[in-house]
Amino acid sequence: MTRDNASGDPAQPPRRVDRAGIVIAALLAGLAAVLVFDARGLSSTTMYGMGPEAMPVVVACGLALLAIGNFIDALRGNLPARESADPVPVVLILIGLALLIAIIGFGGGFILATSALFVTTSAAFGRRAILVDSIIAVVMSTLIYLAFDRLLTLSLPTGPLERLL
Amino acid sequence: MMDTFAALAHGMAVAVQPMNLLYALIGVFLGTAVGVLPGIGPALTVALLLPVTYKLDPGGSLIMFAGIYYGGMYGGSTTAILINTPGESASMATALEGNKMAKAGRGGPALATSAIGSFVAGTIATVGLAFLAPWLVDFAVRFGPEDYFALMCVAFVTVSATFGDSPVRGLTSLFIGLTLGLVGIDKLTGQARLAFGVPELLDGVEVTTLAVGLFAVGEALYVASRRHHSEEKLEPVRGSLWMTKEDWKRSWKPWLRGTMFGFPIGALPAGGAEIPTFLSYSTEKRLTKYPEEFGKGAIEGVAGPEAANNASAAGTLVPLLTLGLPTSATAAMMLAGFQQYGLNPGPLLFAERPDLVWGLIASLFIANCMLLVLNLPLVGLWVRLLAIPQPWLYAGILAFATMGTIAAKPSVVELSMLAGFGVLGFLMRRYDFPIAPVVVGLILGPIAESQLRRALAISLGDPMTLLQSPISATLLALALIALLAPFVLKGLGRFKATED
Repeated sequence: MTRDNASGDPAQPPRRVDRAGIVIAALLAGLAAVLVFDARGLSSTTMYGMGPEAMPVVVACGLALLAIGNFIDALRGNLPARESADPVPVVLILIGLALLIAIIGFGGGFILATSALFVTTSAAFGRRAILVDSIIAVVMSTLIYLAFDRLLTLSLPTGPLERLL
Repeated sequence: MMDTFAALAHGMAVAVQPMNLLYALIGVFLGTAVGVLPGIGPALTVALLLPVTYKLDPGGSLIMFAGIYYGGMYGGSTTAILINTPGESASMATALEGNKMAKAGRGGPALATSAIGSFVAGTIATVGLAFLAPWLVDFAVRFGPEDYFALMCVAFVTVSATFGDSPVRGLTSLFIGLTLGLVGIDKLTGQARLAFGVPELLDGVEVTTLAVGLFAVGEALYVASRRHHSEEKLEPVRGSLWMTKEDWKRSWKPWLRGTMFGFPIGALPAGGAEIPTFLSYSTEKRLTKYPEEFGKGAIEGVAGPEAANNASAAGTLVPLLTLGLPTSATAAMMLAGFQQYGLNPGPLLFAERPDLVWGLIASLFIANCMLLVLNLPLVGLWVRLLAIPQPWLYAGILAFATMGTIAAKPSVVELSMLAGFGVLGFLMRRYDFPIAPVVVGLILGPIAESQLRRALAISLGDPMTLLQSPISATLLALALIALLAPFVLKGLGRFKATED
């Protein structure tokens, strides 16, 4: 940890309100509210014991208590120090995942979808040879597709490229 | 006693069938290959390889699983020693001394002592498993639903609160898992909970989707976000691969001591291999004749923790097989593997499918022997896997991770959940929330709920049934103590701090 402090943010001084911690506490409280709201729509049909709505309420109570606990930790600045994070690669990978989902959703097939994710992830980790990576990705995913389709007889989604095989 | 030998012999007969030997070999090979990749621990190894076993019969698939499990453990220690990126916290102690040894040109002996120590510990602990399991099964037959519920409460608390850095953050992770476990159709009344009208959510959250999202996608996002920090360098294996006589003399006692720490702690529903590995590390540091070497690459500091790590891995199989209670993320993934075939580990499984259970236990022995043979001569091959450039490595991991989901359920909703869990895993890593309790919560939450509801239905809604059973009352008291202990201890610590 100490090594990273040299290049990253200086460690946060203790006893300072941690904004991220407040947001986490708020999210937990929100989740508890959703659980209670959802549980209200359930009808209890059991004569004895617990109905389906009891457990969500119990979990919601736990979440609410933990929201308070996290809130107190955040106010006291008790969260562990964080290093600086670079948002660009994270966003790139998320774009890759979004592309994958979109291509699968619109019937583009396994090979195209996986290749898109491979190339964006590789770029996120600093590679700039997009053409080379694209070729590697297409060859690799075609081989995986064939292995799954022919050897394991597991069906992966097909698109224009798969129909050519 | 004799029954155990007979059952084990029967299991051995199942495990040495040529097809099953082949499954074990494939499992061991895949497990090591995936486990050796940096940042991938045994839990993720099992999660990633779960789809590969879909089409096999339950027996063969579980045997392959045993191989993957042990293979992932071996692979993880290779990574810890050679690039100092422990895939999971249980390998952290190994990385402490092992990486120093590799830097000092003693990577070969470090790998050897960890492989042989893992073999010794794994074998002793598997014997322990074989003898402890039937005894625990006899005990577990008497468990009523209220006792099971109480036992799960103990597991919830110990996995999330007692042994983590912060009980509040551990419990937060657990409750996120419990919330995810509520999603879907309620089995007793058929009503949909937290499905929000999305048909794909009616079946509930898939364990593999959650685990792969949290571990694989989350890890990739996390590593990408901090790539600008310094990178760990791969240490080449220089010099002899073999241990000298001196190395053997310094290793065998730590192996045995590590096993003594690892197996009992792993077998308790306390969860985690971190405690025994660090206990073993500090014990070896205290007992060594070469205290000056600690921190610079002492072989005892590799031998002990590695043995403890593997022994506790076999130990966690005790509550998993006899009670259906997963106490680590890896055990939770194993349970998911059982559930994929509609099998529920527990006393009933020992009675109904002895071939399956004892075949699995016997193949643990076989996997262990295969790993010893496979690891020492082939270490050069695994090291080459470590040299894959980081961009391709993580691109490949993500492609493989999404492929599992695409093969199982190629729907936009399922893939979006995978991505969502990835973001959750990233945020949890960034803000230092433990991940294993989420997976354990998702798996155990629904089981705990149905046991509690069954207990209350039998007692006509009287909650006192939980305290009237002596087993359940004791376990609930234990859970309460385990829940409050860290807060009390922390309070004491603070009190002391202000006094100074």
